[in-house]
Amino acid sequence: MEYKLPFKDYNKALKKNQLMGLKCNNCEAITCPPMMVCSECASTDLSIIELSGKGKIVTFTTTYVAPEGRQNEVPYTIVIVELDEGPWIMGNLIDIDPGKVGMELIGKRVKMGNRVFPGDKYSAGSAARPVFSFI
Amino acid sequence: MRRVAVVGLGHTKFCFNSPLTEVEMLAEAAMDAINEPNIKPKDIQAAFIGNVLGDFSEGQGMVQSYFINDIGCDQIPASRLEGACASATMAIRDAYMWVASGYYDIVLAGGTERATAMGVPLATRTFAMFGDSRYEYPAGFTFPAAFGLLAHLYSDRYGIPLEKLKEQMAAVSVQSHFYGMKNPNAQFHQEITVDDVLSSPMICSPLQLHDCCPFSDGAAAVVLASEEIAKKLVDKPVYIIGIGQASSPNLARQRKYLPRLRARELAAEQSYRMAGLKPKDIDVCELHDCFSIASLIAAESLGFFEFGTAGNAWEKGETRIGGKIPINISGGLKAKGHPIGATGASQVCEIARQLRGQMVDEGRQVEGAKVGMVDTLGGDGVILNLILSVE
Ligand SMILES: [Zn+2]
Repeated sequence: MEYKLPFKDYNKALKKNQLMGLKCNNCEAITCPPMMVCSECASTDLSIIELSGKGKIVTFTTTYVAPEGRQNEVPYTIVIVELDEGPWIMGNLIDIDPGKVGMELIGKRVKMGNRVFPGDKYSAGSAARPVFSFI
Repeated sequence: MRRVAVVGLGHTKFCFNSPLTEVEMLAEAAMDAINEPNIKPKDIQAAFIGNVLGDFSEGQGMVQSYFINDIGCDQIPASRLEGACASATMAIRDAYMWVASGYYDIVLAGGTERATAMGVPLATRTFAMFGDSRYEYPAGFTFPAAFGLLAHLYSDRYGIPLEKLKEQMAAVSVQSHFYGMKNPNAQFHQEITVDDVLSSPMICSPLQLHDCCPFSDGAAAVVLASEEIAKKLVDKPVYIIGIGQASSPNLARQRKYLPRLRARELAAEQSYRMAGLKPKDIDVCELHDCFSIASLIAAESLGFFEFGTAGNAWEKGETRIGGKIPINISGGLKAKGHPIGATGASQVCEIARQLRGQMVDEGRQVEGAKVGMVDTLGGDGVILNLILSVE
């Protein structure tokens, strides 16, 4: 069975600030990032949709110790955002001072852009990730 | 299915910069486990080995074959199991199943890891491979980051002000170092205070250095045998009476269930049901405290404390010897160390020695312990529980 929205297509769209997901024709749930099946009911009857990229921060952390090859990025803030359409996705929070953020972030409204991780010798090419800023 | 017992234990000292290779460390632990019940390597019918990053730390894949040859039981089937930090628990669960089924009578299970040979930047990179490479790593996701995210979520969800939560988390690390002092195999023999934790460098907010377990080298192994053979070999077989294993999707995909980890609740339920026991029946527990906050989340999901209250329990000493449920009397991953491929076997060794009553000399025996629990978490994705009993 064909993978409806493989990483390659999701990633290509994300690099153009388009957040793609899957809408289930069985239970209406939205799956993002994509999977083979609906994340709620495992149906394979899915349609590709574009999400708004808007939502609210549910949690965050600021990282000071980076993996090999990413030392020049620290400190950086990772957030999990609950999208208006339902899914939770991971990305970075930008336009803030990572060293000064605290619990007040939780619940803040954000909108999505993207930045590209160019990849390293362990990864299969580059990958965009969502970056969020306050609305 | 037959009853299966642990009849031999082996455990190297956990350390930084091991002078021994992964195969050599595992060989030392395995020979101790084989010698305990007075059997020989040729009596072992199969081996199940946890090893995670040997490919990166030593350029060595397939340690299980070289290991088996090294201890003189060459040509028996040997399998490597990889479930990140839970690899050795997976190995023991599978080993259990092969003996319970009647296919083998005596097998060896264990694990080995030499993470410190990689240095911190490469170790941080390779450990991050147990997150989602497509949808997590591009954002700079690492495991301290995972538990930093969970800590802030925990504070928000249960309405515990972050400063208060951080003191509770510090109490976990303080307790772990207290018991680590008494464990001769522990990586750290140094007591720490709440102030030490709260003044240590920030790693991934709100987690500071002393909220995090170290990178470690070490190995541990156990010999499992059918009940019939175990009773001939040793005076006090320690039976595996419950097993559980469950998988998770990546962190964000777990959504509103967080900061609870449903995989743990499923694995624990499987093991309690199989053993016919409840959380109150557990006398001693080794749980996966890779980060201080992880201990709170684990102890609640295992059913020892109400959700949102485990930090309070640590502060009040309910997790110490004499408390409601003694947890990580080994020093835990934090003070004993966390050689990821070996950790599950180390936890089983600890619980088995508690149930045999062998901790008196070390001053950390949980008196009268009859039933113990092991809890191990690997990556985003797998949690295992084992229940052991001397009855
Ligand atoms: Zn569906």
